[in-house]
Order: sequence, then structure tokens, then C-alpha cells
Amino acid sequence: MATPSPSVPLLQMQRISKQFPGVRALDDVSFDLERGEVHVLLGENGAGKSTLMKILSGACGRDAGEILIDGRAVALQSPRDAQALGISTIYQEFNLVPHLSAAANIFLGREPLHGAGVINRRTLLAGAGALLRGLGTRIDPAARVGDLSVAEQQMVEVAKALSIDARILIMDEPTSALTESEIDELFAAIARLTARGVAVIYISHRMEELARVGRRATVMRDGRTVATRALPCPIPELVRLMANRDIAHHFPPPTRTRGVPILQIERLSRPPKLHDVSFTLHRGEILGVAGLLGAGRTELARAIFGADQPDGGCVRLEGRPLRLRAPSDAIRAGIGLVPEDRKRHGFVPGQSVAANLALPQLRRLCRGGVIDRARERSLARRWIDELRIKTAGPSARVLTLSGGNQQKVVLGKWLAAGADVLIVDEPTRGIDVAAKMEIYQLLDRLAGRGAGILMISSELPEVLGMSDRILVMHQGRLQAVLDAREATQERVLHAALGLAS
Amino acid sequence: MRGALASGRRLGTLAGLFGLCVLLWALTPHFLTVANLLNVLEQTAINAVIAAGMTFVIVSGGIDLSVGSLVAVAGVVLAAALHRSMPIAVALAASLGVGVGFGLLNGVAITWGRLPPFIATLGMMSIARGCALLFTEGRPVSGFDPAFRSVATAKLAAIPAPVFVTVGVYLLAHFVLSATRFGRYVYSMGGNEEATRLSGVNVRLHKTLVYGVSGLASAVAAVLLTARLNSAQPIAGIMYELDAIAATVIGGTSLMGGEGGLGGTIIGALIMGVLRNGLNLLGVSSFVQQIVIGLVIVVAVLIDTMLKSRKT
Repeated sequence: MATPSPSVPLLQMQRISKQFPGVRALDDVSFDLERGEVHVLLGENGAGKSTLMKILSGACGRDAGEILIDGRAVALQSPRDAQALGISTIYQEFNLVPHLSAAANIFLGREPLHGAGVINRRTLLAGAGALLRGLGTRIDPAARVGDLSVAEQQMVEVAKALSIDARILIMDEPTSALTESEIDELFAAIARLTARGVAVIYISHRMEELARVGRRATVMRDGRTVATRALPCPIPELVRLMANRDIAHHFPPPTRTRGVPILQIERLSRPPKLHDVSFTLHRGEILGVAGLLGAGRTELARAIFGADQPDGGCVRLEGRPLRLRAPSDAIRAGIGLVPEDRKRHGFVPGQSVAANLALPQLRRLCRGGVIDRARERSLARRWIDELRIKTAGPSARVLTLSGGNQQKVVLGKWLAAGADVLIVDEPTRGIDVAAKMEIYQLLDRLAGRGAGILMISSELPEVLGMSDRILVMHQGRLQAVLDAREATQERVLHAALGLAS
Repeated sequence: MRGALASGRRLGTLAGLFGLCVLLWALTPHFLTVANLLNVLEQTAINAVIAAGMTFVIVSGGIDLSVGSLVAVAGVVLAAALHRSMPIAVALAASLGVGVGFGLLNGVAITWGRLPPFIATLGMMSIARGCALLFTEGRPVSGFDPAFRSVATAKLAAIPAPVFVTVGVYLLAHFVLSATRFGRYVYSMGGNEEATRLSGVNVRLHKTLVYGVSGLASAVAAVLLTARLNSAQPIAGIMYELDAIAATVIGGTSLMGGEGGLGGTIIGALIMGVLRNGLNLLGVSSFVQQIVIGLVIVVAVLIDTMLKSRKT
């Protein structure tokens, strides 16, 4: 095989256009990728990144434009074509079989055989183990994928993509579920790949990490490429290109003041994930919860909300101890939960925006068990306006909304229910920059009205930028409580890693 | 409120029913007569009533295989009560109570027992059948007061009473499913059970009630069947669950839960009824009829799946 001239880019996508009913998803987009490069693709949700990557991975056809690899035009019409060309994609939504082992998932369709179709289990496990160890994880290759955490499943996805001899790797938000140390390991793995000449297209909303991983960044907006910049590039400039408007600060200046204690957690335990956690949340306070994945933060949230039964300890609301046998008990007391996994736990996708907003307080919207449709609709209208939810109307199904707007619906459920204590678990995961800002402003406004907010987040800048105080958890225990004014990334990380201060 | 997609799908099913009627009208002069159409409605009644309950179950994300056996057990309890000269109202209450009770047991096994609905109701299918056989020692219980039989035999303006019962059942069921809090929870549980639980809904309670509704519908069907045959048979209702599931699914209710409704189910039940009637009029053998009905079920769902995948 003749080695192509090094001056020709590995991949060129030229003048790609794609029309969906009613929407021009891509308009004359060009994009190129060098060998051994990590090229970041930036843009708000709906900017066209996903469509462009779907075309490259053969999942979606194009109306116009050419794709060249090594300077030669290629026919790329199906995922099979893409695979044959060495293009591999790690989607944000996992493509794993939960009942099979990590190893079986990694080599699905390419199982090492003894002959006559019998799987060589030893080679399978050894190969998978080597790949997983290469990522710096200690996942047992024989473990069932369904029993792994979100971060571990993500690592299996990465290992699966690495196991295919890919020349072009598309990664869609690969770090959204990973902790800082796992991100470091992922970046190290990416560096090893690029050293071998593999090129990576990297989609992310986490601006802080871009310069650490990427060489160039291309910004997309409204179905066009706006600009390509060499990295590092100042974040405000990239954000301005994406949003076409200046976002002066990453986080809104707080408008709230701390009031009286509202929620007291005393020695809450649910072994093995939660041990002896005590703290107090005040009215008008945003209390950040930091920690590595598996530190027990989501378990803490679920125990306070009554979704899981704690084995010991007490939750007091304004001094009164609560009996929390089910979420309905917490909701009656005025506690709301915006769960980590929005799609699986947050909303009913096939139902309307109005029905989802009404779900926690349907009892109040009923007369004799019959839903008062007019009241339901006016409640929905009010919160659609208040939260600026972009939807065709109250009767549009939630699955038709963008991620940011879906999250606003989940938040809206609890605002409409008048929650005094709001637990938000990874409130801005997978959401574009503009929607993030709106969510931040919303949380601040809510606290300003006297609610207490417990905000779990894996994004350190978010925790530091939004919180008044920061709880840091480590292995199910409360490791440190930091005042936001004196907290730094280093101090939070230090505590999250379980190191003494 | 269910959106344009759902009503569009229902229109398609309605067009299928209409097309089927036109086809039969062209093929046989006996189809489009008042007497025959009323006959179709009367014969559709029992399946339609069971399918109304089945729609609740399937929308909630479950399945109920026990409905045929519940028809038998509710029927023999009704017959035994009538034979002991109990007032008709008491006998009806006993029968409906047995249907609801067995249905709630299904629900408890599924929610508190955490059994998959398929397994719980498969077990109940056998248990309820056994109860009906044990209770009657395997013999039919026949011969009732004409006052009771009027449930099936009475006519108003030539329209048989079971048609009115069916219409009443559907109006009530549609109201409950589309307008009440319980109905909303049925859709929410089917659409995303965990999100519904985390919104403070008592999922166990409402899911259990869904199977109670299905048991109630089976018992109502048992009353119609017993009155029509003037006999309650412990072996009645075998394979009724499949007809009810077929009517629900042809009507556009998704087996995945969360979508569908009674408007579709009644059309689905009518398609099955018209098809059986038409094939009989055309002299098609009952063996061939089974093949045709099976094909209709598969093709109806296939069209539905194709339409859905084109829209996304």
C-alpha cells in the first residue's frame, strides 16, 4: 500500500449539506482532520455536530458534499462502510449489552475462537483485561456490564472502541460521566493512540479540558462551521464563537443570602455506599457536593429523597424528623430531586411537557380524581414561560425537546410543586453552554427565594462557581466541608482523593 | 392530548376497518345487512370488554394472560350464586368481586412479589382455571332466570343489550384512562416507571389496581357470556387472552407501554369481529380463518412499526 503524501489530511469532509424536514441541519460544512491529531468539535446542542458525525459514521446519509480519506473520495453510505474505513464512534449513549461481561462486550462480533465457533474464553478475558488495564481502570473483564457504574461502563465503551483498529475515532462527550482521575487516564490513552497516528474527533461541552486534549478546535453554529482555532485558545473566545454573544462570566453573581437551617442530616448511613454523613443545609444556600465517582454522592441524594431506605441516621426538616419510606414522603415534606440520569429517572419521554410538569402534584390538580385540564395547562404555560423552555407547546412530548430543555422540565416539576429543598444531581450534564447558564441563574434565583439547594456535581468549576459551601465526599464519608471563598480545585481534589488536609 | 401521532395512527386503524368492510360488502351480499352488523357487534362485545381491561394493563407496561381463566371463574361463581337463589344484584357483585380479587392478586404478585407480569399472570391463568374446575367439579352450571338472561337477550330498538354494555364499559374506561389521575399514572408508569416513582407516585398501589381493572373487565365479560349461553362453563374463555391482546395491539397500543388508548382498542376488536364474521359468510374454513387472523395481527403491528420508524 502506497503511503499517501503527508501533506494530504487524513480526512476531508467537503461542502457537506443535509436537510431534515423543516430544518437545514448542515449547510455547506467543511471539516478536516490530520493524522495523530485530536480535533475538538464545539457547538451548542443543535449546532450540527451530531449530524456531521452521524454522516461520518455512516449512520445518516448526506444530501451534498464529498468525503475524502487520504485525499481519495470514498463511498460512505453505511456503518459497515465506516468500519471498513477504520472510523469508529463512541456514542454518549452507551451501546453495551448489560447482561454480558465487559470482555464479551469489548469483543462483541470479533470473539477470539478455538475453532468451530467455540469462544476462547481465556484469550477473550486476557485481551479485555489488557485493554482495561491500559486505560488505568481495575474493572474485572468478567464482570457483568449491568453491574458496573456509569463511569465503568463508559470505560468499557472506550476499551471497545480502542480494540477495533481504528484510524479515526469519534468521541462524543467521553468525559461527561468520568471523574478527574479517570479523565486523566482517558487523556493518557488518547495520547498513546495519537502517537500511533490515530486521529480523534472530540466532542465536548467541558471547555476546561479542551486545551488539555486537543490541538485544534472547530466551532459549529446553526449548521455551519464558524471558525477553527489552534488550542490553547481563551475559553471566552470559544464560548463567544459558539453562542455569538459574550458571556462575561462563567457563573452568575449570586443574588442570595443565607438564612436559617432548613435540612439537617444526622449520621445518615447506608452501607456499603454511605457512612455516617452529617451536615446542615440553610435556606438561601447552595451547598455543593463534590467527590469522585462512587464517593456516595448519588446514594446520599437518594437516601435523603426516600428513594432508597437508609439503615441509620435521621433527616430533619426545620427541626422535625422525617419518616422517609418512599419518595412521596419526601415530596410531601417539600423535597425535590433532579436525578443524575435524566433519561432513565427524570421524565416520562412519551408524555407531554404539561403531563411531566404536573406529575408530582397531580393530586392538587384533581377534583375527585379527575384531572382539571385547564389548571394543568395553565400551570404548564406558567413554567414554560418562567423557565423559558423551548417547546412547541404544553402538549409537545418531552422526547422532542433538547437536553437542556428536558432538564428544565425536570427542574420545573419541583419548582411547580413548590419544593423548599432541591437536590440536583449533575444538573448540567450533557447540556449546552447557554442552557447551563440558564440553569445556574435558575438555581441562584431559587435559593434567593429561600429554598435550600444541594448540588451534586463532578465539574469542579461548577461546584466552585456556584456553591456557598462545598461538601467533599470520599468512599461514602464526608471528608471535608469547605467555604467556597477559600476553596480551590486543588483543595477540593485533595479531599476527594481522601488525603488529609 | 396524546398528540397527533396517536390520533394519526388511530385514523389508520379506522381506515383498515372501513376498508375491510368495503371489501366484504363487495364480496358477499350478506355482510352489509342490519341484522348481520348487529350480529357482529353482539359477537364482538365479549372480546371488546376484556380488551378494554387489557388496554389498561398493556399501557401500564404489563401483560395479563389470566383473563380467559378469570372469565371462567367469575362465570361459575355467578352461576352458583344464581342457582342458590341469591338476588341478581348480589350474584353480580359476587362475580365482579371475584374477578377484581383475582386481578388484584396478580397485581400483588407483580408489585410486592416482583414477578414479571408474564409469569405472574401465566401462573394465575392455571390457578384460576383450576379453581373454576374444582368449584364446579368440572361440570357446566346451566339454566337461569330470564330476568338475568335479559343482560344478553334484551333488545332496545333492535340493538342487543351487550352492545349497550360494551359502549358503557368503553365510555367509562376511556374517561378513567384519559381524564383521571389514575389513568395518567397508568400512562406514566408505562412510559417510565422509575421517573414516575421518583415523582412521588405510589407505583405499587396503582400497578396493582391496573390488574384489578383487568379482572373487573373479565368478570363483566363473564356475565355477558353466561347470560348469552344460559350456562357457565369452567372451561369457558380458553384463548380469550390472545384475542384481547390482539385487539389491543391492532388498535395501536404499544406492548412497550406508555402509549395507546381505548379508541384504538375498540377498533381493533371490531376488526377481529368483522374479520371472523366475514370469513364465516364467505364459507372460509375455520382452519384457514386462524391463518388469516394471525396474518392480520402481524401485518397490523408491522405497519405500525414501519410508520413509527419513518417518523423518527
